[in-house]
Amino acid sequence: MLQAFQQRRWSLVLLWVLIVAAIIAAPAVLPVFRLNLLGRFLSLAIVALGIDLIWGFTGLLSLGQGIFFALGGYAMAMYLQLNSSADLPNGIPEFFSLYGVNRLPGFWEPFHSPVFTLVAIWLIPAVLAAVLGNLVFRNRIKGVYFSILTQAALLVFFNFFNGQQKLINGTNGLKTDVTQLFGQMVGSPEMQRGFFWLTAVVVILAWLFLRWVVRGRFGDVLIAIRDDEPRLRFAGYNPTLFKTIVFAVAGGLAGVGGALYTVQSGIVSPQFMTVPFSIEMVIWVAVGGRGTLVGAILGAVVINYAKSLVSEAMPQSWLFIQGGLFILVVTALPEGVIGWFRGDGPRNWMNRLGIARRSPTYPRLEREGQQEVQP
Amino acid sequence: MTQPLLELRQITVSFDGFLALRDLNLSLQPGELRAVIGPNGAGKTTFLDVITGKTAPTEGAVVFKGRSLIGTLEHRIARLGIGRKFQSPRVFEKLSVQENLALAVSQPKQPWSLLLGGLNGQQRDRVQQLMSIVNLQNRADWVAGALSHGQKQWLEIAMLVGQDPDLLLVDEPVAGLTDEETDLTADLLKSLAGDHTVLVIEHDMEFIRRLDSPVTVLHQGHVLCEGKMDQVQADPRVIEVYLGTTEEDNG
Repeated sequence: MLQAFQQRRWSLVLLWVLIVAAIIAAPAVLPVFRLNLLGRFLSLAIVALGIDLIWGFTGLLSLGQGIFFALGGYAMAMYLQLNSSADLPNGIPEFFSLYGVNRLPGFWEPFHSPVFTLVAIWLIPAVLAAVLGNLVFRNRIKGVYFSILTQAALLVFFNFFNGQQKLINGTNGLKTDVTQLFGQMVGSPEMQRGFFWLTAVVVILAWLFLRWVVRGRFGDVLIAIRDDEPRLRFAGYNPTLFKTIVFAVAGGLAGVGGALYTVQSGIVSPQFMTVPFSIEMVIWVAVGGRGTLVGAILGAVVINYAKSLVSEAMPQSWLFIQGGLFILVVTALPEGVIGWFRGDGPRNWMNRLGIARRSPTYPRLEREGQQEVQP
Repeated sequence: MTQPLLELRQITVSFDGFLALRDLNLSLQPGELRAVIGPNGAGKTTFLDVITGKTAPTEGAVVFKGRSLIGTLEHRIARLGIGRKFQSPRVFEKLSVQENLALAVSQPKQPWSLLLGGLNGQQRDRVQQLMSIVNLQNRADWVAGALSHGQKQWLEIAMLVGQDPDLLLVDEPVAGLTDEETDLTADLLKSLAGDHTVLVIEHDMEFIRRLDSPVTVLHQGHVLCEGKMDQVQADPRVIEVYLGTTEEDNG
């Protein structure tokens, strides 16, 4: 028992040493283009962590995380646009002149402030998620109906943002790569390297934060909500409150991920709120392993990296591979890759290959006077 | 007589015209142990649903400690001091025995207090104590889903006790238990009565007899009769509903 525990601990420490080393070494090893991709995928990992919290632990399958992701991105892009438009006619971002807008719309004003923007990136999505979530949860809408509602909300936001040229440049989105930050071009290699580090640090912080959240009784309540919500009510807990909180946290994380993704991809547009993209987010978590935070991170990074590599080689084939991956996970690895490793997966395989150490049977355990072990 | 702990007045529950409960009256004194029996479909579980807020009665009043429960949400009713054990054991299968009990004894049950600290010493002792009462000390770290049916039953009873409610509603606690376990459960429930008010729903007549408590017989959503087990069993109406009648007899 103890030995197995120590082994597990070691492999975990090793895994983290590798990850940290990879993050530190990445800018030296990877060309700027690849580094930038990795940075983007790490920002997606932040979104995936949020999805894991609400889906993997709490059982809320949201197909609308793109809303919060895009809102974070827009908040960031609005600040950057304003920050770079002082010398332009009217002192407002260039695109407004295309639609004959001479005055900055009121809701843009607060985004002159970097402090406001830093708060808005996570707070606006979190508050929106809390409000939407609470409305749904208090009416005890759950399961597939919740998923459908989140997807419907996503479509509403997508169509709204697409149509608002005069407010936020509609379908064209807001560009950030040619904007200025700290007197430098956001799209410059130096800035991009900085954003990569920042993203990596945020991923680790988000992971640590969620680990703290899901360990202990709060996390136990989330699992209890996932497995038997009505029963939990009779134990004196209010599931609506817990669900609202975690949905808001996931929304906030998606906002942060969206902001970091935006500065590294150079643009935010309503494309962030398409239905397939939000579904892809869910697939990353499913493949990596629901309920395993590391799985969400690895799922997001590895799948997206594979996507970009495959798409470069065989542009048409990625969708088939992604679909196949999803089918594989649903049928063969319901716990995801990390879940499979943590569960009985490896042992079952070794059993099949005939190289597993056989577990002792009960009579033998009794003869040896050992304590019972968990099957 | 003191003020009853729980009083149900003229409760009627209609599901699309089907009367699951009709004009049901019942009151429980503090510290009382009460058994409720009745054939299948008599409305026993609906009756618990009404008390715990799962089902809103179409008509009538539920009064607990002098306070109406109508329109109160389930978790608030639970916090007022009404605990419930379900018919088939409902424990949180992915959580360990210890974690299940920790959720039951946690106080207050607010997100921030769960996030910001663990159980206090007293609550930890309580969890240990509960595990030893239901003989699950050796299973503390087992996930509840790996327990046997009887152990799940007991875990759920321990969770119910850990909630420390004033009123315990226990739905079929001995279904699927061995005779020995049944006896132990009866003793446990009897020991709880006095400090707590306990209402037990059960089909097992030997178990009810062992509880040695007043019995209420439900039939077609209505209280048919109340009294000691011997009286109740001798009542011709009870015999009739349990052994079945023909349509003409009913008319």
